Amino acid sequence: MAGGQAMTARRIDARARFLPVGDTAFAVEFGDRIDPAINALVHRTAALLAEARPEGLVETVPSFRSLLVHYDPLRTSAQALQAFIGALELEDEAGQAPPRIWRIPVLYGGEAGPDLTEVAAATGLSAAEVIALHAGTLYRVYVQGFLPGFAYLGDLPEALDLPRRTSPRVRVPPGSVAIAQRMSGIYPVESPGGWHLIGNTPLRFFDPARTPPTLFTPGDGVRFVPVGADEHAAIREDVAQGRFVPDVEGAPA
Amino acid sequence: MSPSLHILQPGPQTTVQDLGRHGFQAYGVPVCGALDGPALRLANALVGNEAGCAGLEIRLSGPTFEVIGGPARLALAGAQAAIEVTVGDETRRYGAWRALDVPEGARVRLGALTGSGCAVLALAGGVDVPLVLGSRATDLKGGFGGNEGRALAAGDRLPLGEWAAQGPCLELPAPPRASGEVTLRAVRGPQADAFTEAALDAFFATPYRVSREADRMGMRLEGPPLAFRNSADIVSDGIATGAIQVPGSGLPIVLLADHQTIGGYAKIATVISADLPLAGRLLPGALIRFRAVTVGEGEEARRVREAEIARLIASLAPVREGARIDEAALYHANLISGVVTGQESG
Repeated sequence: MAGGQAMTARRIDARARFLPVGDTAFAVEFGDRIDPAINALVHRTAALLAEARPEGLVETVPSFRSLLVHYDPLRTSAQALQAFIGALELEDEAGQAPPRIWRIPVLYGGEAGPDLTEVAAATGLSAAEVIALHAGTLYRVYVQGFLPGFAYLGDLPEALDLPRRTSPRVRVPPGSVAIAQRMSGIYPVESPGGWHLIGNTPLRFFDPARTPPTLFTPGDGVRFVPVGADEHAAIREDVAQGRFVPDVEGAPA
Repeated sequence: MSPSLHILQPGPQTTVQDLGRHGFQAYGVPVCGALDGPALRLANALVGNEAGCAGLEIRLSGPTFEVIGGPARLALAGAQAAIEVTVGDETRRYGAWRALDVPEGARVRLGALTGSGCAVLALAGGVDVPLVLGSRATDLKGGFGGNEGRALAAGDRLPLGEWAAQGPCLELPAPPRASGEVTLRAVRGPQADAFTEAALDAFFATPYRVSREADRMGMRLEGPPLAFRNSADIVSDGIATGAIQVPGSGLPIVLLADHQTIGGYAKIATVISADLPLAGRLLPGALIRFRAVTVGEGEEARRVREAEIARLIASLAPVREGARIDEAALYHANLISGVVTGQESG
């Protein structure tokens, strides 16, 4: 399933296994690890099902390596829906460039990123090196979830790989840019959280009044752009006034 | 003009709920909706609403409100409680499982629930809060939907949809009742293989007690800790309502309506949809058991449950004339049993 063998179409039942999740859902699991190629298969399957709309399908929930398929047992069965999905064919899409790359302004350190110094100490880097590494990486939106609009962005450079904090915070402010394990993320709303907070962005990532309600779409690219306190404040004001348009890097067709 | 409810006393946790916000879990948006969906459907049927109209989910007791701007028709389902309606200086008491008309200016007070930790109050026309992502359900954690994304507070005014009294008030002649013993049927997986064989056997053989950490997101259970083959951690994947996840402590958590969309703990089994309303009604201290069923048995159980609900709705009949007895007093005298459950061994 590794890259390299692009454009090989194979049936889903030859690539994935079905796992039981009660009588209204099942998982289509493509692997057991976090890997862009596996994740691409998950999102491609979600897109195929959104198009095909088989009878009884309610919704799908993509995650790193599996797709949770919710169905209505009064209109179909796990058996029937799995037979349908299993026969769909998927192409490998590894190595494809992200359709668009968001540029997310971040104020690093200080009150905006209270764990930056700790992260530097734990990784043996300077704060400036942590920022350069974090902002110098092109991330991929693997999954949105756990919180509305929380995007798991990977992969974080190995040099920044840290376990979660031993004691999670009760309240993480919205816009906090955080890292843990091999991921970065942005807290869209205030919530408890165990990741290391290294900065803050004034952008909004979830708005229930819009459809779709999130800024990112899985597969998108994300780059963090360091900004100073003044620019952060100016953007915050623009966002509040509804006149901020996030930067997107030119998308290859 | 459509009536409104002016909330005088909200109760411990009263929220606007419908049958849930479907279609946005891919964005991290939980489903929410009534813990006891069949109770919402029955309550709506009693007042002549569509099944999915938004009503008030009540936990433990309350609320007290005044009906303003016009008369209202309401019905409580899912648990028994005394409903006191005060008009002028006359107070009448009613029970659950029946519709009643209350005039403009009436004060309605719902007492403590018995037989279940939650109940649903339906109002003819439905609670008319704005649709957010296709639903009126309250997302307490996200802070949107329902009444400003939060539980009701004193002073809130809740608009109701327009309605016209069509026909007499209905009642459910034979309210559902459950046996004392609560058994939740569950399908093994998706990560049953993360547990030792002994843990799997123990899970389906031992009673668990609902702990105090129980809310709309989930209920933590107390009992023998379950052992993992390796670890509790998995690469995060999607969570279904009813999923029983087991963190490192080995103590299971049954995830309910407000659960997060994905999570990184192994899930030993999933409570089937037919038994989810039963799980939603449980209070801390309740003893429960899990019984393993196959996916096919779960699907069949759901069809059976739907047929029961359809039969209950078809059985609704006009409130019997002359039934002007104090129903609530009857319930308190235990002549009529409530729906459920679960506290008998507390």
